[in-house]
Amino acid sequence: MMDYISSLMIPLMILLILLYGKFKRINMYEAFAKGAKNSLSIVQSVFPHLITMLIAIGLFRSSGLLDFIIEGLSPILKFVHFPKEVFPLAIMRPISGSGSMAILTDILINNHPDSFIGKMASTMMGSTETTFYVLALYFGSVGIKKYRYAVKSALLADLSGIIASIVLCYIVF
Amino acid sequence: MINKLWFYMIVASIIYGIFFGDAKLLTEGILEASKNTVELSIQFIGVWALWLGLMEIIKESKLIDKIARLLYPLLKLLFPEIPKGDNAFGAIALNLSANILGLGNAATPFGLQAMNEMQKLNNDKEVAMDSMCMFLVINTSSVQLIPITVIAIRSSLGSNNPTSTVLVTLIATSISTLVGVTSSIVLKKRNRIKGSVK
Repeated sequence: MMDYISSLMIPLMILLILLYGKFKRINMYEAFAKGAKNSLSIVQSVFPHLITMLIAIGLFRSSGLLDFIIEGLSPILKFVHFPKEVFPLAIMRPISGSGSMAILTDILINNHPDSFIGKMASTMMGSTETTFYVLALYFGSVGIKKYRYAVKSALLADLSGIIASIVLCYIVF
Repeated sequence: MINKLWFYMIVASIIYGIFFGDAKLLTEGILEASKNTVELSIQFIGVWALWLGLMEIIKESKLIDKIARLLYPLLKLLFPEIPKGDNAFGAIALNLSANILGLGNAATPFGLQAMNEMQKLNNDKEVAMDSMCMFLVINTSSVQLIPITVIAIRSSLGSNNPTSTVLVTLIATSISTLVGVTSSIVLKKRNRIKGSVK
């Protein structure tokens, strides 16, 4: 049911936007084309930042460094009841969207989606967005080099989201 | 700061990979990432064209002003720097709305437009404005009401109750956004730059 509603969203939105445009008597075909034309230049401005982040992240994962860090930290994790299976996701979530998708899929395959771990991973995934990627992309696209407190704030938000996910799952599930 | 982070991430990964990992995998990692970026970008060109086209219609039909006006009381509190009626509000409003509705691929081009509009108000073009920090922190803490992608993955991997995590996720993400906004406000006070708005 939820699936169906979310599939409806995009066509519905397009319909509503176009109907409103008709109501306001604007040339929608022209307007759409004018707006769409920008996508190439926006992607162009975003591409260099995308590639720098994705290469760094790709290296981080393929070198095995990520796994090493996780293994190294596992005693501490056990101590704070941070389930080991979910830790890669917690680390990856602020770093890479596709990476965390991959890890989530992996976790859900190895632990059933309705299992405790499965639910915790799902919650964690939705509690926060990909920090470094978003910061690098958005700031980079307008040429900002000094991020000031954005990184700190964002990481604090991510951390609280992750901790909240864990605690809430222990309480609720 | 991102410069250092990036540098250390790559250097540490390569050194670790050479000594403890598989050099072949290492190289593959680089090449895969480069290739994926292109594939991603091509997808972006298409998907963003759709949303940017719709955004133009929203702009010309003045629907964007209606949406901005609706959210203005909230936006004014979060972004005190931005003068009333500025275009930035419209773009921010669209980005946040798209995020809430779970339309991540729409939110990004709107968000990039919002950054552009805010940059126009920026006194020092290389330094982040307070509004930009706030905006990005809200974005990265995720304001999605319904995590559609997660639900989809759960259901495709055999969950009997894919939406069981929705409520908990909502609470967790609200907490993360609250913490993000609060810390931005606090850190802003400690990190004043004189006259960042033109």
